[in-house]
Order: sequence, then C-alpha cells, then structure tokens
Amino acid sequence: MLTTFLQKVLTEADYQPFRLLGMLRKVQAQYQHIPPEAIDSLAEALNIPRTQIIAVVEFYSFLHLTPQGRYDILISNSITDQMLGNDQIISYLSSTLNVKLGEVRDDGLVSLNHTSCSGMCDQGPAGLINGYPLPRLDPPKIDRIVALIEQQTPLTEWPPELFHVEEIIHKPGLLLTQAFNNGDALHATFTRGLAETLAEADLSNLRGRGGAGFKTALKWRTCSQQAATPRYVICNADEGEPGTFKDRMLLDLYADQVFEGMTVCAAIIGSNQGLLYLRGEYLFLYEKLLDVLQQRREQGLLGTNILGRAGFDFDIEIRMGAGAYICGEASAQIESLEGKPGIPRTKPPNSVMCGYQRKPTVVDNVETFLASTHIAIHGGQWFADIGTPQSTGTKLLSISGDCARPGIYEYPFGVSIREILQDCGASDVMGVQVGGPSGTFISNRELDRVLAFEDLSSAGSFMVFNSTRNIFDIARNFTDFFAHESCGFCTPCRVGTSLLKQQLHKIIDGHGSAADLEELSELCLVVRNNSHCGLGESAANPILTTLASYPDLYLKQLKHQEFSPGFDLDATLNVARRMAQRDDPSAHLMQVEN
Amino acid sequence: MTNKIKIATTSLAGCFGCHMSFLDMDERLVDLADIIEFDRSPFTDIEHCSPCDIGLIEGGVCNSENIHVLREFRKNCKTLIAVGACAINGGLPALRNFVKLEDCLLEAYRDGIGVDNPQIPNDPELPLLLDKVRPIHEIVKVDYFMPGCPPSADVFLAFLTALIEGRDPSLPYKLIHYD
Repeated sequence: MLTTFLQKVLTEADYQPFRLLGMLRKVQAQYQHIPPEAIDSLAEALNIPRTQIIAVVEFYSFLHLTPQGRYDILISNSITDQMLGNDQIISYLSSTLNVKLGEVRDDGLVSLNHTSCSGMCDQGPAGLINGYPLPRLDPPKIDRIVALIEQQTPLTEWPPELFHVEEIIHKPGLLLTQAFNNGDALHATFTRGLAETLAEADLSNLRGRGGAGFKTALKWRTCSQQAATPRYVICNADEGEPGTFKDRMLLDLYADQVFEGMTVCAAIIGSNQGLLYLRGEYLFLYEKLLDVLQQRREQGLLGTNILGRAGFDFDIEIRMGAGAYICGEASAQIESLEGKPGIPRTKPPNSVMCGYQRKPTVVDNVETFLASTHIAIHGGQWFADIGTPQSTGTKLLSISGDCARPGIYEYPFGVSIREILQDCGASDVMGVQVGGPSGTFISNRELDRVLAFEDLSSAGSFMVFNSTRNIFDIARNFTDFFAHESCGFCTPCRVGTSLLKQQLHKIIDGHGSAADLEELSELCLVVRNNSHCGLGESAANPILTTLASYPDLYLKQLKHQEFSPGFDLDATLNVARRMAQRDDPSAHLMQVEN
Repeated sequence: MTNKIKIATTSLAGCFGCHMSFLDMDERLVDLADIIEFDRSPFTDIEHCSPCDIGLIEGGVCNSENIHVLREFRKNCKTLIAVGACAINGGLPALRNFVKLEDCLLEAYRDGIGVDNPQIPNDPELPLLLDKVRPIHEIVKVDYFMPGCPPSADVFLAFLTALIEGRDPSLPYKLIHYD
C-alpha cells in the first residue's frame, strides 16, 4: 500500500529531491504523519540521507513524525483571531469533540492544535482543517463541523460554504482598478523592447513589496548580468507575517497579472523557469492557480515560444510550503524550494547571484510582480507620479483588528495612518501594529506618521487595536510567535527568543522586579544585534516598541521590590512531596524569602 | 586582616570542578591570599555566611536545600557570581529535565536493577527535589556570569582581580574560547 503510494508520489515529483517537501506533504495528507518506512523508502529512492528527511519533517509545522487525527484542526492564534475569541472557539471544539488542545483523540479521528496566523484575519476567528481554511468560526458553524467529523464525512463532501474565503476589497487604487487583458504586459514589453522595459521599471522606482524595499529594477538588472545560467524567477507567496492576507486576495482574484509579471521578469533576465512558493495555509488556492497556469499555456502566454517569439520559453511551477514563517525570507525560501529545512543562508552571496540551485535568481513578492505587470504596460512615469519620491506607487494593506471594515485597501505611499484609520472605520484607537509583529507598534500619539519606506514600511499587515485592548496581550502574542517560528539555526535567536518570551511572561504575570525589566531590555538588544537573519533582528521589536510607547505600563507591572522567581516555586516541589508523602514545613518553599 | 576582601563559595548541583579549577591558580593563590579571605566555603568549613563582598556559586539548583543556601548567599554577598555552566544554564544535572521527576525517583528508588528495600526516601531531614534543575538566576538576582566548564584559573583570576580593583569584569576572547 505504502510502496504503491510512494511510487506514485515519486513519479509525480519526477524523483527530484528538491521536490521533497511536496512529496512529504502528500504522505502527510494520506497517512496523517510521515511513517518511518516512508522515510527509508524516500531516502533510498531519492538518494538523500534519511536525516535530511527527518530534518525537513521536524522543521515544518504541518509535517509530523507521529500520527495526527484524520481530521486535523488547527486554530489560528494570530492576535486578531485572539481578539475575536479563538480561545472560546478552541474550548468549544475541545469539549464538543472531546479532544484536548495539542492532542489526538484516542480513536485517531481528530486532533486539535494552534497554528500561526492562517491569513484570514479579516474573517476570523479562523482555522484550518487538513490544510483547508475554516473562516469565521462560531459555535453554530462548529456544531456543523463536529457533526461532519463524527459522521466521518470526507472533506470533499462538506458544504463548500464552510471553506468559503471572502475577498473583501474596500478601497481599490491604482493597481487594483487597472483594466487588464491577458498578454497586455508581454505585448507591451516586446513592442517596447526588453532593455527599454527594464528602463521603465527603473524609472518607476518600484521597490520590493515584501518589506525590505530593495529596488526591483536593480535586482532584475543584476540578475540579467550574471554569467551563470539557468536563471530563475521566484514569486514569494509565503505571506506569513501575522495580519497580512493581500497576497491571498491577489492570487485569488489577480493571479493572471501576477503570473504575467513573472513572465515579464523572465523575459528581461533571461529565465526559462519560474516558481511560485505558495504558503501551506493557502492550499485552497492551489488547484485554482494550476488552472490559471494551464489557461495561460493554452493562450500561448507560458510554455515554448511565448507569443510567437522564437526561443522565449518560460513556465511556472507551484510549490507549497508547510507552515514555516521563516520561509518568507528569500534565502530560506530557496532552501525550502530545494527540499531542505528553511534556514536562511549566509550572505553574501545574495540570491540574485547565487540563489535557487546556486544559480542567479530573482525572488519578488506577489504584489511586486503585479505592479511590474502594470509598469510594463503603462510605463515607469505613470507609476512614479503616485506616492512619494522615495516610495513610488501604491501599497496594498491587509487591515484587521478593531475596525468596522476589515479587508484590503490600496493607498498611494505617503498616506497618513490617521486617514487609513478613518477609512476603515476605526475609533477609540489605542495603537496600530504596522507591518505585523516584525514591524512597528505606534501609539495613538503618532497617527500623523505616514506609510512609506522612509517612515513606516509595511509588507501589508495593518492591525488596529482600540483602547479596550491590553498592550501586554499584544506584546506577548508577538513574542511567543517569534519564539515559535525561530528556525533554530543561530543561538541568539533560538535561545534568545525563548528567553525573551520567558522574561516577558515573568513580568506580565506579576513576578517582575526592576532588575527583570533591565534584563529584558538588555536581552532585546542581544537578540536584535547578534541574530543571523531578519527574524531574530526583529523578534524583539514587539517588546522594544511597546516599551518605548508605554514605559509606565511596564513599570506598573513590576510587582516586587526584590527579585522573585518567575514561576511558582513551591509548586516545583509538588511531585517530590507527593512521592515522599511529606507535607512538613521543610517540604515547602516561600516564593520570596522574608 | 579586616581590610581583606571576603569571599564565600559553594557548590549546589555541581561537581566541585569549578572549585578545583579555582585552586589551579597554584602559586598565584599565595598573592591572592594577601588580599582575600574566605568566609563560608568548602575551603574553610564555615557553616553559614556572614556578610561578604563576593559570593561564588557553582552548580545549578536541583533541590530545596540549594534554594536556602543560594538565598543565604544572596542575602550576605554584595556581588553574586554564577560560576560555570551548571550555575548559568543548569548544565549536566539539568539533563534530567528531559525525564519526568516521577520516573527518575521510581527508577532510582523502586524499579532500578539492584534496588534493595524499594521506597522513596521520606525523611524530613532530606531536601526535596525540584521538578526541574534550574539555573541560579531564575531563583535570585545574579550580578555576573563566569562562563566555562569549568572556568579556567585564569578566568577566576581575571574576574576577581577586576572586581577587587573596582572594575567591571570583562574577559578577553582568548579566555573564553574553548577549541
């Protein structure tokens, strides 16, 4: 059985070790875990060490060495889902299904766990079941789900509306309102000329929309100038930053324009192979995107001799992630695409020179490719006229949290936070998290700051908090997120994020003294200044930015004059006391010495 | 005599290796002895701390007695230093943290091979084990951390000299790289 299944999986993957992650996803879906025999067989068939396979399984949240339930439910613990009551959802699921959080029910039918932001913050509390989205969860919906599970109805026979993800665009702007016919950008590119189109991209001053803001034309030019071939185009659709979902919307509604942008890039840099790295949480888009690609092949927009141009061959393959935030980092994503754990590479060399398969590679965000498509059609000046000189064009925002109208908004760069808040119907604002946990928390005293690379940059996440929210819930949620998502490669981040979490919890839980706050601040700097990649560098941001905005709240949280342990000291003797059957005075400890 | 720097030392869940390493200062101890004196320490057999300038703690915290000793040191020492890997991180004794305490006790006192008269010790004189071995800074405020397993005699000397001279200790790279 397993052997036949693996044969099929291996054949579909053409026995290529770099497709390991995809193969393991299939095994996981079929067997609810990666059985040891599958590890052995894959290792032999792919001629890779079994330790590499185990490393991959252990690295990605959606792969497991022990069986999960046949219905595997994951509930998003993004802060916005938390604000919408994910705890009640979990309790309700847990009691109706009779399964504890983090466990598999004895009959193996169902398992329940947390997951990092599932990309549905505009329609939470949300979750995933066997990888498919369950937005807007509430008790009546859960009752239906529980009944379907207990009847063991296959997921394919569930009412589709349970999985329906709405794409809510409240404010379309420059890019989302442009008329577009498939092939427009490619025709324009070929008519104008490749070098001329690159010059237009240069003129547009388009900067990467994934957050780093590197100039796109420069990246493309550098890649095109590399001697090595083949060259690759990668579209980074691993939007794992909690609070962002604009790439979900783009791939759901604007996929053609994204793929066309990739194709324009391929023409300019001289690439034959594109890859779309789709985050595991967006499995529901996979089939749909395959259809779009197939259609484009039929329209002569992908494949060989695109639009009749002899020698311009380009195609796009979709590869799925498996639950790892760090794979949004370009070099980690490349590692993942090569069938390895997503550990960021040491730079230099940059991936433009030495990327996928150690070949020149352009990795750009979904939104960047969308913008490139329209720049190819309308020219650079058209784009540069919008926004600010350093941040041209528009930015898509995924707005969630305490506002009347969560959803997608497109703004010219330079817009003030105050204006955005008015548009989305946010009142009584305490603060806004711009750019997700790795971004910046701004308080309501800073609402005249603007969205732009030169002030507040964001990959798209925009989370609003009103005055009923507790600043520590936010800082704790984000800090826990980084501790969970640290890839474990470097000590400052692997150990540091856990220490940050422990130290922050100690203070929030009321065990802190002045020395602990000082320790926390120092720890933030150690993690930020010594980590290997951007994750570690930004992991302390939630604490640093809230500490800067609300020092008084932190000080108020220090309940002790003297140092106190961050845990219940006497409780650490519980087991020993019980086993020795003692309860005499010396069998107890005071939390703080008198 | 009264102007000497008073130092107290102890080993909690440690192996006394750090103490042995301290003694590796060899003849340099003679000079050191002119300016320091030991209070509570395995070197003196003094049972309880009186007020001291410096406290050196070797080992992590594995039982209730460790907590009392550690607190006595904190109370009496102006400067408290975590000495070596076990005091800083829990070290080797903390390997038991991966096993449930219940299983540890059952294996040692009831189910293990060759256990005679199996019973969990319950004399009130005996300290109870914590569920996990902890680094000392989780129990009390620690002022400095002296890395190494054990810290070399040079590290002890550099650290103590700096403190005695009123400087913030800072270890050069050659003293803290171990390969």
